[in-house]
Amino acid sequence: MPSKKDILDLYFMPARRDLIEIAAYLDRLDRHEGEEDFRVAGFYKALVALQNPGDKSRAEAVLLALSDHSETPIPAATIQGAFGAPDESLINSQ
Amino acid sequence: MKYIEPHGHMVSRTTDDYQKMAMAGCEAICEPAFWAGYDRASVQGFYDYFRQLTEYEPARAAKFGIPHFCWLCINPKESEDAGFAREVLSLIPEFIDRPTVLGIGEIGLNKNTKNELAIFEEHVEIAKKYDQPILIHTPHLEDKLKGTKLIIDALKNANVDSSRVVIDHVEEHTAGLVLDNGFWAGMTLYPESKCTPARAVDILENFGMENIWMNSACDWGVSDPLAVVKTALEMGKRQYDKATIERVIYDNPKSFLENCPNFKI
Ligand SMILES: [Zn+2]
Repeated sequence: MPSKKDILDLYFMPARRDLIEIAAYLDRLDRHEGEEDFRVAGFYKALVALQNPGDKSRAEAVLLALSDHSETPIPAATIQGAFGAPDESLINSQ
Repeated sequence: MKYIEPHGHMVSRTTDDYQKMAMAGCEAICEPAFWAGYDRASVQGFYDYFRQLTEYEPARAAKFGIPHFCWLCINPKESEDAGFAREVLSLIPEFIDRPTVLGIGEIGLNKNTKNELAIFEEHVEIAKKYDQPILIHTPHLEDKLKGTKLIIDALKNANVDSSRVVIDHVEEHTAGLVLDNGFWAGMTLYPESKCTPARAVDILENFGMENIWMNSACDWGVSDPLAVVKTALEMGKRQYDKATIERVIYDNPKSFLENCPNFKI
């Protein structure tokens, strides 16, 4: 099995790149005009989950933060796609 | 290296992709019926699609020495109109005995609606009636957790043999739900969503290498028909030996697919 050093050698640089991408994306969002939507709040919630995953793995905690936690089927589809974060206003109105 | 692509939408791929997969060591391709990137305008559109899956794609794959198999259904994206979906379901008996058909799939949920769930349950009844294995699509992104739970509940209510069901597109938050309930799990390797090669190997490390496979689900969107072999290379980087890699990319899919009487390689 690889050691921590092996994992660092394999994955530190791509993880560093992805971390800077996230920082630059958030700066970019701040810099531009217009209204935010629910995806921004979802993203920040996921960043908190990343740092405080509780008894979950970090990946699972982030995915759970970006998931719809309602439990019953919705009456009908209004779109075919998905956004990547739950729209709580929509979920609460169903 | 020898591998099986257990989930690829070859109707959307070029003939060059078949050549690349053959050169990479692909020994079988399994193609679930799914959305084709657009809603079909008529039931006849599905009739033609089922002919494409059972006649044209096997012939195209055979030119590169790869056996091609398929699964039949109407996908959840096009199941919101339940009347339309039922007309498509009525086509399945005509195709189910064709020699390369593996079972019913990829059925499942998309937006977790009442009609999607009703049509999902009707597919499960068809699978039971014809004694067919099932391949399941779980919803995308924020809808995946809820959809996976609804699907597992429906399968339990229908008393389906979980060892003959593979639930695909699992990620870190759904892999445990699927495996702990006795189902097979599929990991889909997409460049922009689902799993990257590195995360797929993490899931193997965290959830074990039993009853799990990897697929490229290459289709009309951003996807990579060589994603399975690229993930095998990722396993090599993590120092897994050849036998372990072959177990994940060849032996595992083979042992699930042997539930399907028509699967022979
Ligand atoms: Zn698919």
